[in-house]
Amino acid sequence: MVPLQWYLILAAALFCVGLYGLLARRNAIAVLMSIELMLNAVSVNLIAFWRYTESNTVTGQVFAAFVYVVAAAEVAVGLAIIIAIWRTKNTVVLEEIDLLKG
Amino acid sequence: MTQQILFFVFGAIVLGAGVAVVTVRNIFHAALWLLLAFFGVAGLYVLLEAPFFAAVQLFVYMGAIGVLIIFAVMLTQGIMKEKQLPFNEQWWMAGLMAVLLLAVMVYVIRQLPAVTPQALQWDSIDLLGMAFVHPQGFVLPFELASVLLVAALLGAVTIARER
Repeated sequence: MVPLQWYLILAAALFCVGLYGLLARRNAIAVLMSIELMLNAVSVNLIAFWRYTESNTVTGQVFAAFVYVVAAAEVAVGLAIIIAIWRTKNTVVLEEIDLLKG
Repeated sequence: MTQQILFFVFGAIVLGAGVAVVTVRNIFHAALWLLLAFFGVAGLYVLLEAPFFAAVQLFVYMGAIGVLIIFAVMLTQGIMKEKQLPFNEQWWMAGLMAVLLLAVMVYVIRQLPAVTPQALQWDSIDLLGMAFVHPQGFVLPFELASVLLVAALLGAVTIARER
């Protein structure tokens, strides 16, 4: 089989790509998409560790399943907030959303 | 050997599509690249012998979350002009931080001892299904997760509703 390290390095690279998008993109929906990439990288890590070290228990898979639940909840609420902001301010550019700035 | 070739194929799909998601100018194209990245991750789950998660990846991520994101893109389209820069002015700092974090993580990962995986003794879907409803297992977090989903979706409807 493929060594465990390959999966870990791939997941780390995917996480860093997502981190870059999270910090650098201006569009709020693109930021949410970057967060989805990061959550996927975490799930790959959990499943890889489950398969390579704990494959006769189920804990790693359960954790990955809860990551899915939280990701679905997060993307639903996040997109609802973006749509609500778009209704009131007519923008999805994060720098123009500065209602809380004094 | 086949597994390693498949790993490189799916890994290239995941990383290439991921880079495209964060760099492509058109937000709708970014959403399509995101779907391709989800597909590559599903392939990795198949390689890791986690068929349940491969299926869930296709249904939940490519299906549900993909449709949600594309809907949001279409509802807010025309706002981001094509000629506007997709990055803010801190993009170089973000890139530097991502590269540094990757270097640290690769350095740590390379020090791990090699692990040889054991063959699976039971059907992992059976085990997972039992663990979710068994009183000694994860039945309480499982129920809490469903409450969280209902609360989040009701909240999303309330926030996004037209007043």
